[in-house]
Amino acid sequence: MKTPVVLVTGFLGSGKTTLIARLLEHPAMGETAVIVNELGEVGIDHHLLRRVDERTVLLANGCVCCVLRGDLVDELRDLLDRRDAGEVPYFDRVIVETTGVADPTPVVMTLLTDPVARNHYELESVVATVDGVHGLRGPESVKQVAVADRLVITKDDIAVPAKRSELAQQLARLNPTAHARRTVFGEVDPDWLFDGTARDPRELEQTTGVGHAHGEHDHGVHSCVLYLDEVDWTAFGIWLTMLLQARGQDILRVKGFLNVGGAGPVLVNCVQHAVHPPLHLDGWPDDDRRSRLVFIGRDLGAERLRESLAAFDRVARS
Amino acid sequence: MNEHWAEGEGGRRARVFRVALLNRVLGHFGLSLHDWSGAVYVLRDRKGSSVVVQDIGAVWSEAERLLGSPLDPLDAALVAELSR
Repeated sequence: MKTPVVLVTGFLGSGKTTLIARLLEHPAMGETAVIVNELGEVGIDHHLLRRVDERTVLLANGCVCCVLRGDLVDELRDLLDRRDAGEVPYFDRVIVETTGVADPTPVVMTLLTDPVARNHYELESVVATVDGVHGLRGPESVKQVAVADRLVITKDDIAVPAKRSELAQQLARLNPTAHARRTVFGEVDPDWLFDGTARDPRELEQTTGVGHAHGEHDHGVHSCVLYLDEVDWTAFGIWLTMLLQARGQDILRVKGFLNVGGAGPVLVNCVQHAVHPPLHLDGWPDDDRRSRLVFIGRDLGAERLRESLAAFDRVARS
Repeated sequence: MNEHWAEGEGGRRARVFRVALLNRVLGHFGLSLHDWSGAVYVLRDRKGSSVVVQDIGAVWSEAERLLGSPLDPLDAALVAELSR
């Protein structure tokens, strides 16, 4: 059985370490190993705490965004060896904390492409903390939000109500697939953080104003939703691999359900060029059989994407 | 060797179908793809250059290298041709 890995990202001072410290106190967390880049002001007192120096390596044959974390590969392998040898306590989950200004994508890429990492670990969830008082700061924090499955909005006790609502709308625009929750001092139920479900894209258009970037604070990043009926799986694989090669720099995230004619949909989840193994579900949650894909990135047009995918699909059926 | 996410299902028949579809797209850019023993692909351009590629992901990076620019699936002329 693979050991789940949780990636915790978020801008400087947004409450990553506080969140991790509180999570480790929770009985539902079990034994957890923690890998950090820096020992923050909020100390984590934990016997499986490991510090690494971030070291990135370019993936062979990859483009400029295909970067792996060499230090993380070494550390994950070492943890496995030591656990098997009984040199460290048994752990059943790993939390990786990135630095505040880090792009979380290399961690995702590492877990999905390194042979040892993908055979022994699985990326369970990407959690981004967002400062509830100061909001998003710079393109780094916009990307951290785009990549996340869960958004933890911190410092809710001191957030100004008007700012709180504005931030919630901004986050929903940037990443409509992520669930968000407001917290005080990192108090979050692990069951909510790790239950793995995505928001249903059907509720998005009405509630979030998906479709275009709003002002300079979004740094040109926006999201759009594609709706299609049944899509040929081979055509989709060709189309998406081609799209990610041509426009991977601008596509930060692709996530959604695809109807490929099976008993249930295929769950698609990509972070730039890193693609999670597609998950074939046993059944549909309801009677709606449409494929729906959320794209998060720059210069994306839902209609142009839809027309292109539909053309690839038609060729497969002709 | 880890299997590419887009090539994990369907066996030999799916591979033949995939190559045929890829050739519909690559043909628009003057390239062609050939299956070599069901193990790797050979990508060729009209000038006679060829390159061995391992999987569907590498098809696009190698095609880009042969042509000198990315092959964009949103290209209007490509979409129009596929829609014919």
